[in-house]
Amino acid sequence: MAEIHSLVRDELLPPGRPPRRHLISIAGLTRDDVERLLTLAREFARAGEREVKKLPTLRGRTVVNLFYEASTRTSSSFELAAKRLSADVMSIKSTGSAVDKGESLKDTALTIGAYDPDVVVIRHPEIGAPNLVARFTCAHVVNAGDGKHQHPTQALLDLFTIEEEVGPAQGLHVAIVGDVLHSRVARSNIQAFRLMGARVTLVGPPPLIPRGIEAMGCEVSYSIDAIKDADVVYVLRMQRERMLEGANYVPSLREYTARWGVTPERLRPGQKVMHPGPMNRGVEIDPVVADAADALIERQVRSGLVVRMAVLYDLLTHDPVEVAVRAIEEVA
Amino acid sequence: MPVLFGPTGSKADLVVRGARVLDAGEGVDATLDVRVDGGVITALGERLDANTHRVIEADGLVLAPAFVDPHVHLRTPGREDEEDLGSGTRAAAAGGYCAILGMPNTDPVIDSAALLGDLIERAEAEAEVPVGFLAAITKRQDGGELTEMVELAERGAAGFTDDGKPVVAPSLMRRALQYHAAAGRTIALHCEDPTLSRGGHMHEGPVSAELGFGGYPSVAESVMVGRDLSLAAYEQQPLHLMHLSARESVDELRRRQAEGVQATAEVTPHHLVLTDDAVRSLDPNVKMNPPLRAEPDRAALVDALRDGTIAAVATDHAPHARHEKEVPFEGAPFGVTGLETAFAVLHTRLVEPGVLSLETLLERMSAGPAAIYGLEPPRIATGAPANLVLLDLGRTWTVQEDAFRSKSTNSWLLGATLTGRVALTVADGRVAFEL
Repeated sequence: MAEIHSLVRDELLPPGRPPRRHLISIAGLTRDDVERLLTLAREFARAGEREVKKLPTLRGRTVVNLFYEASTRTSSSFELAAKRLSADVMSIKSTGSAVDKGESLKDTALTIGAYDPDVVVIRHPEIGAPNLVARFTCAHVVNAGDGKHQHPTQALLDLFTIEEEVGPAQGLHVAIVGDVLHSRVARSNIQAFRLMGARVTLVGPPPLIPRGIEAMGCEVSYSIDAIKDADVVYVLRMQRERMLEGANYVPSLREYTARWGVTPERLRPGQKVMHPGPMNRGVEIDPVVADAADALIERQVRSGLVVRMAVLYDLLTHDPVEVAVRAIEEVA
Repeated sequence: MPVLFGPTGSKADLVVRGARVLDAGEGVDATLDVRVDGGVITALGERLDANTHRVIEADGLVLAPAFVDPHVHLRTPGREDEEDLGSGTRAAAAGGYCAILGMPNTDPVIDSAALLGDLIERAEAEAEVPVGFLAAITKRQDGGELTEMVELAERGAAGFTDDGKPVVAPSLMRRALQYHAAAGRTIALHCEDPTLSRGGHMHEGPVSAELGFGGYPSVAESVMVGRDLSLAAYEQQPLHLMHLSARESVDELRRRQAEGVQATAEVTPHHLVLTDDAVRSLDPNVKMNPPLRAEPDRAALVDALRDGTIAAVATDHAPHARHEKEVPFEGAPFGVTGLETAFAVLHTRLVEPGVLSLETLLERMSAGPAAIYGLEPPRIATGAPANLVLLDLGRTWTVQEDAFRSKSTNSWLLGATLTGRVALTVADGRVAFEL
């Protein structure tokens, strides 16, 4: 997970500390990194079955959550993940903070950096915000979503969910359906699924499939029929809040739903359905599909907690995975 | 009517001894001494008598006509914190330039003879090398009404442009092409269809698809290039296309030139050297308008510069305050600096690998841009004003933030090691820079 970006100045670190690692993009991970994180997540899931769920692993560590965009599941699961590992957590939202007074991200990063946090988790509407925070603090930075760029912990939790509920990603066929253009989840997931050996097909209206995205190793279809032979149908949210006014990506939501909505009729029995949330029920996903037994949507949320525990643990310890697994087992 | 304004006062007496004197336009390529008396070249020859002149020993160096930059943002008036006429022209001198042209997208926009006159007076007091100014095509550069081009030309405008923005309405563009003939100055166009580039932060293609940036497609430029060349053909008027970035634009230009349209074009060092792949760094110092494009575009630009379809290298030097660039890529303004690194980076990345000849590069940085604006081309010949650049082609150096003469440091080359350095610049008979 050594995504040390060119902007990151490691000379800011006190001497003697190992180089900082960040989780900014799935593109910075190797297959071994992903396997290590998923193994850790499985251990945390087992530890979480105990009556007392808290582990002392990150006692004395500080995690700052810095959220510049609305979030329910990501912010709550990062906060809970840090607490389950006994870290001190501080959550800052842009509304009600100095950001409202026009403070720049650089100055906010310097301010938070003055507390010497171990990890800064950041969500921001602009691509590259986590890189900037990495440049101006000494913390490990976890990207919890930067604009339309990346949301790497979502991709990891989706992989974890698939491996637990469907099987190894190697050789699976995943169809990602809908508004790929505005989706950081799609970008992270294409990279993660391809890294782990899955086949990926993007399905949606042409204006919402970015030109040139086939270079990421995926196939593209403009017809909803293309989901037929997928093992997993991954439905994206229509991100109306990110669409340029008057851009006419689709003529109407009615036509979108009619042509590309994921409905019971368009699915085979046994096809698993995923959605990163929040859902627009009745737009990209039929409510019957969302509530059906083959939907893994709640499972994804539960995976989020243990995967984020694994990410925090992995960034702050340098234990090989066997040592880490033993440590978690001993506490449990 | 002069269009360049700069320092006045005593001029240099010197002898540059033993350099390889290279001026393809004059047919000179030989190891010679060059003598300058009172700012004018008076002799080329072997073992020239120095008298009491200062002697510059230049064994192993190249002496060439100094450079002309047809596209510089001097940020004055309005943003003197980013650049002023002194700092901008000192940066130009350090880059080997003997003349530069400033763009009118300042605050306020240079759209009246009074504003232009103030700027010219400031240049006469502050500039270290001669500087000319383009005035706006439309008042406030808002695309509504033409400026008083004839009066602006009489006050010393070097040309007209709404650079930073296109002239959106075809009817107004047509009128500007008609009317500027009365002013007798070059009209220079920033070609961008704003409805196609809207929301774009980088070139649209596989890299923007992967990174998630809104795309600024090649066609946003090339449809406007096509439109403007059609209007120029119809009106039988010349025009100049600024900072071309897309292969399709080059193809259209080449086709129209072959038909006899009097169109010229310029290209920046960054478009000649970088592609959109550089944006993967998310470094705001590779964010510019037009954006870095794909490898076939870059290759087409290099070919066009080599064969003369594109006649000039222009830096599009665009200083920005540090705090404006120390933000996430999406929030950063477009533009990078370039005056102090243009020759070195093109020498390192194009000449040394054998992609472009040194002679061609020197011509496209000097006589090429001068001709576009009707300026007297710098040349090394007896009787010509001394506009000279001495180049140490073997010298390797590292681009460092604290060494810039420019007030701004938003260079995409920070930390880069380059080969080839300007050792001396003589601009209009004065030594403007010495390493």
